Amino acid sequence: MTEGTLVYLVWLIPALPLLAFFAIVLFTRGRDRLSHSIAIGAMLISFVLAQLVFWSVIGNGEELAQHPIALSIPWLPQGAATLNIGVLVDPLTAVMLFMVPIACLMIFIYSVGYSNFNKRPDAHDRAGFPPHNGREPMYSRFFAFLSLFAGAMLTLVVADNLLLLFIGWEVMGLCSYLLIGFWYARTYPDPKKITPRQAAVKAFMTTRVADVFMLLGIGFLYSATHTLSFREIFTAETTHALATVLFLGIPAAQVIYLLMFIGTIGKSAQFPLHTWLPDAMEGPTPVSAMIHAAAMVSAGVYMIIRVFPLIGGTVAPGGLVTFTPMIVIGALTALFAATIAFTQPDVKRVLAYSTISQLGYMVAALGMGAWVAAAFHLIMHAFFKALLFMGSGSIIHGVEHGLHASHERAEKIAHADKILSGHMEEAPDDHAAPAQEHGHADEDPHEPELDPQDMFNMGGLRTKMPVTFWTFLFGGLALSGFPIITAGFWSKDEILGHAFTHNTLVFWVLVFTAFLTAFYTMRQISLTFLGQPRTKAAELAHESHWTMLLPLVILAVFAIFAGFVGVKADMPGLGFLSGAFQTGSAFERFIEPTVLPVVELEKLPFDFAPMLIGSTGAVLGLVLGWWVYGRKPLAAGQPDPLEAPMGGLYVVLKNKYFIDEIYDYVFVQPVKRFSAWMGDVFDRQGIDGVLHGVARGAWNLALRFRSFDTRVVNGGADSLAAGVKAFGRWLREIQTGRVQNYLLLALVSLVLLIALYITLFS
Amino acid sequence: MDANQLILFLILFSPLVAAVLVLIIGKFGGANAAKWSALIFSLIPLVLVIYLWFAFQSAAADADGFKFVYAVPWLPQINSYLRVGVDGISMSMILLTAILTPLGVIISFRIDDRLPLFMALFLGLETGLFGVFMALDLVIFFLFWEIGLIPMYFLINQWGSANRRYASLKFLLYTMAGSIGLLLSIQFIWSALGTYAIPEIAQKWPTFNGPFMINAQTVKDITFWLFVIAFAIKVPIWPFHTWLPDAHTEAPTAGSMILAGVLLKLGAFGFLRLVLPFFPQQAAQFAPVLALLALAGIVFTALAAFGQNDFKRLVAYSSVNHMGFVVLGVAVAAVAKANPAYQPYAIIAVDGAVLQMFAHGLSSAAMFALVGVVYERAHTRDLNQLGGLWRVMPVYGGILLFSAMANLGLPGLAGFPAEFQVVSGSWPVFTLITALSMIGLLMTGAYVLKAIQKVLHGPANRELLHHAEMPDITRREVIALAPLLALMLAIGVWPYWLMTVINGSVMKLIGG
Repeated sequence: MTEGTLVYLVWLIPALPLLAFFAIVLFTRGRDRLSHSIAIGAMLISFVLAQLVFWSVIGNGEELAQHPIALSIPWLPQGAATLNIGVLVDPLTAVMLFMVPIACLMIFIYSVGYSNFNKRPDAHDRAGFPPHNGREPMYSRFFAFLSLFAGAMLTLVVADNLLLLFIGWEVMGLCSYLLIGFWYARTYPDPKKITPRQAAVKAFMTTRVADVFMLLGIGFLYSATHTLSFREIFTAETTHALATVLFLGIPAAQVIYLLMFIGTIGKSAQFPLHTWLPDAMEGPTPVSAMIHAAAMVSAGVYMIIRVFPLIGGTVAPGGLVTFTPMIVIGALTALFAATIAFTQPDVKRVLAYSTISQLGYMVAALGMGAWVAAAFHLIMHAFFKALLFMGSGSIIHGVEHGLHASHERAEKIAHADKILSGHMEEAPDDHAAPAQEHGHADEDPHEPELDPQDMFNMGGLRTKMPVTFWTFLFGGLALSGFPIITAGFWSKDEILGHAFTHNTLVFWVLVFTAFLTAFYTMRQISLTFLGQPRTKAAELAHESHWTMLLPLVILAVFAIFAGFVGVKADMPGLGFLSGAFQTGSAFERFIEPTVLPVVELEKLPFDFAPMLIGSTGAVLGLVLGWWVYGRKPLAAGQPDPLEAPMGGLYVVLKNKYFIDEIYDYVFVQPVKRFSAWMGDVFDRQGIDGVLHGVARGAWNLALRFRSFDTRVVNGGADSLAAGVKAFGRWLREIQTGRVQNYLLLALVSLVLLIALYITLFS
Repeated sequence: MDANQLILFLILFSPLVAAVLVLIIGKFGGANAAKWSALIFSLIPLVLVIYLWFAFQSAAADADGFKFVYAVPWLPQINSYLRVGVDGISMSMILLTAILTPLGVIISFRIDDRLPLFMALFLGLETGLFGVFMALDLVIFFLFWEIGLIPMYFLINQWGSANRRYASLKFLLYTMAGSIGLLLSIQFIWSALGTYAIPEIAQKWPTFNGPFMINAQTVKDITFWLFVIAFAIKVPIWPFHTWLPDAHTEAPTAGSMILAGVLLKLGAFGFLRLVLPFFPQQAAQFAPVLALLALAGIVFTALAAFGQNDFKRLVAYSSVNHMGFVVLGVAVAAVAKANPAYQPYAIIAVDGAVLQMFAHGLSSAAMFALVGVVYERAHTRDLNQLGGLWRVMPVYGGILLFSAMANLGLPGLAGFPAEFQVVSGSWPVFTLITALSMIGLLMTGAYVLKAIQKVLHGPANRELLHHAEMPDITRREVIALAPLLALMLAIGVWPYWLMTVINGSVMKLIGG
């Protein structure tokens, strides 16, 4: 395929899902089958196009880096220059174009089953609430939002400049807001539990804190270089210039990069802006997969990987480019999130914290200059985390179904009892009865009394949901970094290898985190799948629809095999996987030329030590996790075995170090109070108080003038005075008597001011 | 007079003629005939403006950068001419005005009290607005400035809500307090230079050095401040803004749309057209003050908006917040007047400021229309009374979300390229102020989401639904909103078409 054609295909990749969004919103609202056909169809074509592009550029990274596929159009005229935006496919974009559309497509297909397309709409379900056992009432809307999300993510991936990237970035922020708050009316009996709509606002606002910094960074970069195009900025001259200009004594390049990195802290939920992500679990599960794997959080790391060459000029040629704030934040976040994860009871929240933790790995890796390792882990993580989230969705779906089935059974028994005891003539058919006969067409659906996401309500799902179990198991092993046969092992090893060479402290922090990760993953698997069902709902759970299982199986394949592209050529035994080369991996060789003109990357030789230490940590964690939770499965109602021995620490961890409470007390409440004061007190009593005072003064002055007139001037002006008086009365009547004399006062004070000015300054 | 000059005159005066005709038609044909004729008449200037928009891009500009300039003697004894012409900045504002007026007419179709008079005043207002944007003569500028004021006063005073008397008088007196200084300054300038022609004054006034009755520098300082105060009230610049939440909140929906959409822009336009060219030294000297006030406006009013529980007041405060970015852009331009090194940044910032004027015109008009839609049904604007309306009014919910996101400056919609440019341009000049203004941008998100959450999300307020019919947005209302939504998207996705027109004149204004 010629490059000319490819460029237009690249444009289409984000355009198709975006068009699908508009098509659904404008034309096919409420027509479910048509809506999901449009969404999945557009995504499928995007996926095919992306694969076409990927396979036609794969193989020669150097060639692609020097001559990327690029096309741009003028966007903003600025003085004599013009700011262009366009698309660009270089090796980094190419690998993203491999991962993102696959993950998105899987999520789309999964959503069909997850939203109960195979069932009829249930008359009890209301828009704005999760459906109980029927089809999602806002089915079309869900696919519209998903399409917009995918389109925004793909826009971000193919963007050739920061401005377009930022557009995709923010539109994605909107989508996550819309999707997290998808069940916008849902309210829990427990007022302390965060509702979807609150979680949505929290996600949007927390990321916006970061985004305004990022906007400043982009603004800074633009005013300094007059361009935002990656190809124009990431040249030796520009990056060198940015590194030599100082801003408050720091190279401008580092300031800009720091501002950008704050954007990543928000988007990729790094400490201290991580709090939105666990609460984002209030959204439907495909959304969680979207946020945590294919898009959103990946976008944060992708962006900071993308602009990494910005700081390339800050070190001498040949030196290792590092960025300390990222090492600190990344390593800290990795550990910190992992410690929270192993106390959470919610199956999705565990995964949420594991995501934060894994993103910390990537950030720390990038900070240490391990650019390739960060990108590699980003891609691998996306596959197995999408798998895990959708797996957990399948679990929840199964338990919800079990919950519904147990209710039905209970009701049937109750009816039977009543019939037997003669209280009822006949049993009404629950399913055939139209909603109004129930007399609560207007009622909001009630929340289930049992939380279907709580792992302590599960157990024994291995036999009920075998496909979900096996795929989840492989996803979990990949997350833990189980040696050799999982993708996560290879990518995590890359990062550990770097840390081992350059930063011993970070290395041990990350190894310990890997141990914790394996531990809580095994805890999760044990609690959900092993042992006996701890509730009726878990007992009645059954395997999900095939549309949900197919994506799981496909992603499981990636979670196992994808990592082999990262095997180093000089690894004894397995090096052959990387082809006939001396060093590096296939992945590394392809992607590395992206930054080579500006950043020289370090090629580490294969080393057994970090690999062995890391693997030991992972296996140890898995074994220990099994020993605590799997060996003797928990009985119904039994608390977490770690709760008692850990005491107060457990409480702190379970409450996420109380960070939400602290933020609320330190930031949210004061801002709320100050805002109310600003509008009601400062403006209405302060500024307006002055104005009203001025008006009152002027009114009194005017009264004096009037009495002067009536007493002294008087004479023939009687009729005039009467007129003025009448006018005044009229004014008084229509007025509160406070402001009507601004005009007069303005005149008087103006004359006085001018007189004063002239006498003083002339 | 060539065809395009004639069309410019037609645009200027056709709404005034239409106003008279609507009154007559209303007298004989009733309210129904009046409203339809008002709509049709309001489309005439729109069609003409769209034609002129395309003609503008190929037309040649005169030495001062204006196109279609034509002068008719008006008071030749004092050397005042009805001199009109447009540049890219005013052209974009004229387009905005011409778009918003028919939409305001459509939104007002259901007014049942003296509809012909309402429509006539509304159309008359349009002439006043066009006049200010077109005027190249100070007397004409002032005249139309005042003409725009009167209909708005009556619209608020007669068709407003509960506290309309207070609000309308506050609006009138506040604006007139500014106008007096403006008039006085215009007289000062005339007596010094003997001309009212704006391009001529822009050339002569900055270097004017007497002879005059008092120190020429003093006169220039005084006139500078009088101009600034007049326009600052109109924008409004913090702390001259307290008339705005009252006026907006009490005005009828169409009044709020035009008030926020166009009237506020008159102030910013005054800065660009008169203050910067006439007073480059003074502007440069006081630019930091202006920037600080802009910052205060951005941050404090964003907070104040967040603190509101009245839907309309919240939207009204958001206007002050957004106009703060326009003022910040103007402040950057003012700095560049004394320091040519800053000119490239000033061009970026003012490009952004003008685009912000346009974008905010669209989004605020849409927001006020949407507030009106809910108010008409629920008869309350109290955010704590609303809630859960997305389920009851799904289409309305979608449109509200879209407009709110445009208001918030979501990339992909109109506000973002504007804010991005202002931030980029002002960062090198006012670094700290720009950084602090981000607090305002953050709070913009907070208040917009608060409004959405309180109106659309959550369980429905049963009591409200029992008392009020809450049918979804009607086709007429959608028609009034659709052009705004389409334009927000068109500008957000590809602002090039609008910015090419604006950018050329901004370069001319800044120089360099």
